[in-house]
Amino acid sequence: MLDQERVFTQADSAWLGQGPDSDVVVSTRIRLARNLTDLPFPLLAGSEELGQVLARVRQASEHLPEAKRYGIMELDRLSSLERQVLIEKHLVSLEHVQEPKQRALVLRDDEAVSIMINEEDHIRLQVLLPGLNLDQAWHLADRLDDSLEQHLDYAFDDDLGFLTACPTNLGSGLRASVMLHLPALVLLKQASQVFGTLAQFGLVVRGLYGEGTQALGNFFQISNQLTLNHSEEELINNLKALTGQVIEQERAARSRLYEELGNRLLDMVWRAYGILTHARLLTGDEAMRLLSDVRLGVNLNLLPQINLPELNRLLVITRSGFIQRVVGDTLSPAERDLKRAALVRDELSKNNNSN
Amino acid sequence: MLCDNCKKNPATVYVRRTVNGVTTEAHLCEQCAHEQGEWNLVMGPSLAFPDFSLGNLFASLLDQLPGQTAFVAGGRAQRCPGCGLTYADFREQGRLGCARCYTVFRQPLDPLIRRLQGGVRHVGKVPRRHGGTARLRHDLEHLRQELNEAVAKEEFERAAKLRDEIKLLEERLRGGQ
Repeated sequence: MLDQERVFTQADSAWLGQGPDSDVVVSTRIRLARNLTDLPFPLLAGSEELGQVLARVRQASEHLPEAKRYGIMELDRLSSLERQVLIEKHLVSLEHVQEPKQRALVLRDDEAVSIMINEEDHIRLQVLLPGLNLDQAWHLADRLDDSLEQHLDYAFDDDLGFLTACPTNLGSGLRASVMLHLPALVLLKQASQVFGTLAQFGLVVRGLYGEGTQALGNFFQISNQLTLNHSEEELINNLKALTGQVIEQERAARSRLYEELGNRLLDMVWRAYGILTHARLLTGDEAMRLLSDVRLGVNLNLLPQINLPELNRLLVITRSGFIQRVVGDTLSPAERDLKRAALVRDELSKNNNSN
Repeated sequence: MLCDNCKKNPATVYVRRTVNGVTTEAHLCEQCAHEQGEWNLVMGPSLAFPDFSLGNLFASLLDQLPGQTAFVAGGRAQRCPGCGLTYADFREQGRLGCARCYTVFRQPLDPLIRRLQGGVRHVGKVPRRHGGTARLRHDLEHLRQELNEAVAKEEFERAAKLRDEIKLLEERLRGGQ
């Protein structure tokens, strides 16, 4: 059963947990774009047509495996803060919440599966798992897609594959992505070189919240650019292989960091830890930067052990929408900073007590 | 350096984005960055870059491709009967309007798709409900992979079986089924 209130007030999405290669890979995402064959895509659809899409997809989603674990939220019934929390948890895209009318989200209770209805395409099915977990995420997405398709007529062409509003998603409609934490490559100024190489192999690098967002806290999303002329397995294997390379490079860079920076590294991570555990005002960006440093310090065993899921949780807890929704009111930036600092201190002291 | 957005305050925030291999950069002042929500969380990326959209990217890409002008010329703009979209609309917004658009505008879209995707041959998943040859081709692809694996593992009995299945499918595909 999906407890809607929990979604907005608890930071315990499945992707925040521990997974393979968690020291570098925060999470893995598989997204499939699908459209119904007989209705205009959302951008050109009228309100009634959008309503039809919503009704049909909702009905199809009632037959998903483990259907009881899913719930549906109509986006125009949520507050703007709640919609922002969904973005901060990566459960919907920016585009999906721009115009909330006749838009909905079908969500599994562990927040690992989200089905965006009437995003740019009629259906955006997303599976989000912790760590590097591409095969498992793909198998789940594939199975759920099969299940939906039993009740829906998808727009499909023999040559072009699944038809999508944007030609950049044609074919498989698949976007596979991994969220990586690459502080050492950034510190050693090797990140842009690595990203340049990735581009040559058909991969795109984006910021924390996808297209057009900045790489806050040294978190980067890497995903396949092409979607046609390759099978899903090929696209995923390509991403997997290259992600493996980036992981190795980041680990190698981390092991060189102490040599290169010496006490400056020690000071950096302890200073970040000190601020996070004692500051009274924290902006969202500052929190993200410091969390990046602390995460690095923990992974290099320079700081007291904090488990990675706890640090992952702070990626959500420190976001503005989440803080304000937890407080239950819109806050001024200064009030937010005060509350943010308190929440971070609270979380980190919990960790100290349990150690 | 002044903020790219308001052109008044000094730029202190650097934003960089890459879409389809094209990278743009913006230097914003704190106020503009802040007004756009914490990193555009609320307002979305399009507002931060008024001149930069997928539509504009396609338009400049399309200008380099053959066979575009006839479809873009204003007067005789063909409309998709499914959704009313014209090719000029597509050029502007970079999005098709419905599944039928891909049939109606197939001719000018073809070079664009080839350019974006490197070809027009879908080899991925095929919906089970879909008739046509795609499903056959998809199954064929899988059988060939299996065959390669069987041969590599020297499982010759399985390989022979797979070879028969492949032959059968190839015949059906040639039969235009």
